[in-house]
Amino acid sequence: MPALLEVAGISKNFRGLRAVHDASFDIAEGSINALIGPNGAGKTTIFNMVAGVYRPDSGSIAFDRKPIHGLRPDQICAAGIGRTFQVVKPFAGLSVLDNVMVGAFLTEKTSAGARKVSLAVLEKLHLAAKCDLPASSLTLPDRKRLEVARALATRPRLLLLDEAMAGLRPTECDQMVEVFRELNRTDGLTILLIEHVMRAVMALAQHIGVLHHGEVIARGSPEKIVRDAAVLECYLGEETEV
Amino acid sequence: MIARLLEGVPRRGLVALAALLLVLLVFPAFASGYLLAVGFLILYFAFVGQAWNIMMGFAGQLSLGHSLYVGLGAYAAAALYVHFGVSPWIGLGASIATAVLAGAVIGFLAFRFGVAGVYFAILTIAFSEFARIGFDHFTWVQGSSGFFLPVTNYAANDLWNLRGSPTMFYYLMLGMTAGAFVLCHALLRSRMGYYWLAIRESQEAAQALGVNVFRYKMYAVMISAAMTSLAGIVFAFYYNNLFPEQIFHISRSIELILGPIIGGIGTLVGPLVGALLLTGLAEGMREAMLQLGIDVPGVKQVFYGVCLLLVVMFLPNGVWPPLAKAFGFERRSTDRGER
Repeated sequence: MPALLEVAGISKNFRGLRAVHDASFDIAEGSINALIGPNGAGKTTIFNMVAGVYRPDSGSIAFDRKPIHGLRPDQICAAGIGRTFQVVKPFAGLSVLDNVMVGAFLTEKTSAGARKVSLAVLEKLHLAAKCDLPASSLTLPDRKRLEVARALATRPRLLLLDEAMAGLRPTECDQMVEVFRELNRTDGLTILLIEHVMRAVMALAQHIGVLHHGEVIARGSPEKIVRDAAVLECYLGEETEV
Repeated sequence: MIARLLEGVPRRGLVALAALLLVLLVFPAFASGYLLAVGFLILYFAFVGQAWNIMMGFAGQLSLGHSLYVGLGAYAAAALYVHFGVSPWIGLGASIATAVLAGAVIGFLAFRFGVAGVYFAILTIAFSEFARIGFDHFTWVQGSSGFFLPVTNYAANDLWNLRGSPTMFYYLMLGMTAGAFVLCHALLRSRMGYYWLAIRESQEAAQALGVNVFRYKMYAVMISAAMTSLAGIVFAFYYNNLFPEQIFHISRSIELILGPIIGGIGTLVGPLVGALLLTGLAEGMREAMLQLGIDVPGVKQVFYGVCLLLVVMFLPNGVWPPLAKAFGFERRSTDRGER
């Protein structure tokens, strides 16, 4: 299967701090992938380079065989990559539905069309009943769902999830996992997630990449990763979440 | 088109708007010359407040230099009329072009180079001050000694050249204010309106959803500047004199933003309510003091200050949002999520 996203040797330094060094990975169309690693390993930096927030110092990023590094975030969104933020950023003063409609307007020119798309997305994320509420009144799990709904409304081919499950209770987490599985199965949505919650990673990801000190130290299936000596030493060995 | 505009607007809101329009339409028949002038001022401030609200209330960009667009619009149309006899209806093209260009320059400098928040506000002040000082030395329009339009008798209303009675200006301003209201209403429920609100709430999130933040902020500045310049034209032809020290002065910029702040930033009705409250009460108080024979200079400014203080303390979202709630004028949020 051809790679939808090809990340080749990207690096990023912040005033001498080496955040990401020579990271490479491919993501196949229709797959679910996870990027894991200890805090400060460079996961969010990689995300931000893919999403256009930062420009890589070196290396290249190609989406659907077209180079996208150096494009603005809105151009990357328009190219078909949706993202969520680790620290949720709802449009607090707008209603839940209006939040999602902003995303839907990327492909829908009319309000009526955007509303229709948004209601369908909210239905999928079990937020339809709350569409009239101001986003500021939502609880954290609902805000996380809203974040995903907004990104989905732009109709992405690749969805980047930055700790979408963090802070959720196990049952809420399982519910989200089910939503992503369903999106992947029915719409063929390709997903790349950064996650600390190993419960979600193991349940969802078909491929896992492990970052440590800004470098990819292991890539493979979940079964392979949990037995990888280097991974166990740097990461899983220190965590007790599993 | 009309059906789409009315969609989701509560019926009692429409009835109230129609009633308000009716009152405003028959108002000149009962009003004295003084009251008519007050009515004109209220409509004028409602209009410029609405224009300013597009930038601050919708797109979240604080402009403290809107007197720049009023002045440019006023001078452009007035100069064309005085020097070449060009009707202001033609001259408004020049007014809009000049104001939009100025807005585009300010917007480009600010949004391209990340000048945001208070620094953006300072930039807008700087440009209006440039204009004030520049026009003081602009001899084509008589510089600081003032630019005067020929005053003719008010016997016949010449709408084409905007020479006529206060009643004519009142109705002109009423038409413009109603037009601005409908335009802003339509903008708010368009894609552009949604994008503006998204930018106001979080630029980062808006950008991640495919919004070209730079472009939509530029649209906001340019549309707001164009509308404001139209108010400048009416100002010029109504008062028949223009002084850079007055029209570009920062106090004019502040004056025109008080209405929407007190009425409710980001709401459609806020600028109307704010203009009515501020101008109506301030003029009413001045008249009352005149009747009582009390002469205290600066009482209007003190009044503005007290109003602002009370609103900021007790109604931080402005006067309109709680009123809208009380009267059931709120639109269903399935149609619009404005506050």
